[in-house]
Amino acid sequence: MFSKRKTTTALLLGASSVALVACGTTVSSSTSTTAASSATTQAASSGGSIKTGLKVVVIPKVIGNSYFTTADSVQSGGALAALQSLGEVGSETSGTAATPSSQLPVIQSAITQGANALVISATDPTALCPTLNQAMAKGITVVTYDSDAPTCRDLFVNQASTAEIGTSEVDLLAKQINSTGDIAIVSATASATNQNAWIGYMKQELTKYPNMHLVSIVYGNDDPATATAVTQGLLQQYPNLKGIISPTTVGIAAAAALLDTPQYRGKIALTGLGTPNEMKKYVADGTVTAFELWNPANLGYLAGYAAAELASKAITNAPGQTFTAGKLGKYTIASDHSILLGAPYVFDKSNINNFNF
Amino acid sequence: MTVLENNSRDHSLSGGPAIDFAPSGASRFTSIVFRAREFGIFGILVVFVLITTAIKPRFLAAQNIKFILIDTTIFALLALGETMVVISKNVDLSIGSILGISAFVSSNLYQQFHHISILLVFTTGIGIGLVFGLINGVLVAFGRVPSLVVTLASLYIIRGIDVLYVGGQQVVASSLPSNFLSVTSSSLGPVPIISIVVAIVIFVGSYYLKNYRSGRDLYAIGSSDLAAGLVGIPIAKRVFTSFALSGMIAGLAGVIWASYYGTVDSTAGTGYEFTVVTAVVVGGVAIFGGSGSAVGAAIGALLLNTINSSLYVLGVSAFWDQAISGLLLILAIALDRGLGLYVAKSLRKRSSRVAS
Repeated sequence: MFSKRKTTTALLLGASSVALVACGTTVSSSTSTTAASSATTQAASSGGSIKTGLKVVVIPKVIGNSYFTTADSVQSGGALAALQSLGEVGSETSGTAATPSSQLPVIQSAITQGANALVISATDPTALCPTLNQAMAKGITVVTYDSDAPTCRDLFVNQASTAEIGTSEVDLLAKQINSTGDIAIVSATASATNQNAWIGYMKQELTKYPNMHLVSIVYGNDDPATATAVTQGLLQQYPNLKGIISPTTVGIAAAAALLDTPQYRGKIALTGLGTPNEMKKYVADGTVTAFELWNPANLGYLAGYAAAELASKAITNAPGQTFTAGKLGKYTIASDHSILLGAPYVFDKSNINNFNF
Repeated sequence: MTVLENNSRDHSLSGGPAIDFAPSGASRFTSIVFRAREFGIFGILVVFVLITTAIKPRFLAAQNIKFILIDTTIFALLALGETMVVISKNVDLSIGSILGISAFVSSNLYQQFHHISILLVFTTGIGIGLVFGLINGVLVAFGRVPSLVVTLASLYIIRGIDVLYVGGQQVVASSLPSNFLSVTSSSLGPVPIISIVVAIVIFVGSYYLKNYRSGRDLYAIGSSDLAAGLVGIPIAKRVFTSFALSGMIAGLAGVIWASYYGTVDSTAGTGYEFTVVTAVVVGGVAIFGGSGSAVGAAIGALLLNTINSSLYVLGVSAFWDQAISGLLLILAIALDRGLGLYVAKSLRKRSSRVAS
């Protein structure tokens, strides 16, 4: 407990000192980008430029997960980097387990400390709502990223459209197996909302490929040992399996390690959502041809930027509002008060070594 | 029931000449009964393999056998350490956390020093396990704190240290050299070499526990620490050693885990302690100490992994896997209780016959 508090304080101190150094130069540039945004939003954003010195607390699902570290940290160009460049006081904190009971106290303490905005990946779509509503009632801007709490936030920064992830993974696999053969899905947990939504779109997309048959969906529970065991079960159960889609980073890494033998390499295609560092070995040795993911650092950067815009009242969360998020360009708020980062990014032999997360 | 397993030179605990409390006939009798216990698990294992193979012949494909054996190797190794602790009426719940931190720290050495020797990597993992095992041992043996509490605390503390130290980092397969990965990938036919090595270690460990004095002492302590103390067994020293060894073994298992899975973050080994305790109890080690063998525990681990794999191969929902593990646990305990009562009754009858 003590050491955790110490770390958080150190983070806050570090972030604020950097922010102080940074503020003079960046404010003017961000004002100019706001001014340069499209004519339709001029009325809404004319009075507002981005304020500096705002306290923004970034709350990932869990501390210590490499995906969220990339999404949040200054080094990778994530949420805290965006906040730093805008002259805000950003900090990252969360619990040690990806559960609402571990995340709730962190939100409470952020409210108590007088945060101006929260950037949060919700561990549960509804359980956090009483606390998040309390935050919004106090005028705190709530931006969700990665995982949404649809009824209790100002804005959701969506990493990729559900439909696009589902359909593009099927297309990616179809290309690798000539649109023919038995395929299976290695998912995370049977109850995960995003997984099931993606799988729904995969099934829909598969109707375009009459010669591809989805024979099984198994669940690896986002645990390497379980994911390996269920994939092994698939290989024994379906000797003619031609391809596997695993829309979860833990699942695809476990499946890749299992397929990384002369017996399977190049004979069973594997694709899905993975991180470049985990997959480098398997792309290099030919076990995996291509897989995809959004860029988590860009996701965090966009969320941090949007939080600063909203908390400064430079924009509102009304559908149609637009803003320019620094290096990422212009974004428009959609009808469900969300913004979409962009199309999923495909990693293969030609580009994987340019990434480090 | 626990006091009744006296199949060898057991009661020579005080160091003096062996005193046979029970007639040798009875000794042989209990030995047969308890060996039947290990054969029983083996029987269930064979039945599962036969049924699964009949439905899906590929279940016995070389690649699947290899997979089951590797997975079992890690659990069976952990079960060896856990057996030593459980027969002295203690429990070590920290092994999953120790495995996790050892897996990360040891394999992460490759990211920091590219050409580090594999021996040093293994030594680091085992050393980390030993340090935590020693701490557990001191608190349980000399601090007289119940092992359930001590190791439950160290389960959380070690995982906490792991999360703080690892942060968002990750060891990835591409950073590990091929000689490290081949520790678990090289095999003799369908049998991974690491499994053969670990099997030998388990047989040696089991033999040691049953036949050497310091090993037998653990059984005596588990049967009755009061009696063990009265005959002069150094209880604290023995218990301390068992925790140190269990920690070391968990450290070693961590390095093997890293070699097999290739991707390590701060969550490695979460929840393994429950699977291992289940394997140990299903394998015939009495949870209240005093009886059981490391070989039995290893067969227990093999049984759990085989059932797990056969359900996946048959395409049965994973829920059944956990339900079956629970059922086996209850069966094992019921069988132990029944056998214990039966043996106690038979021995009473025999000894009264001898007396008359």
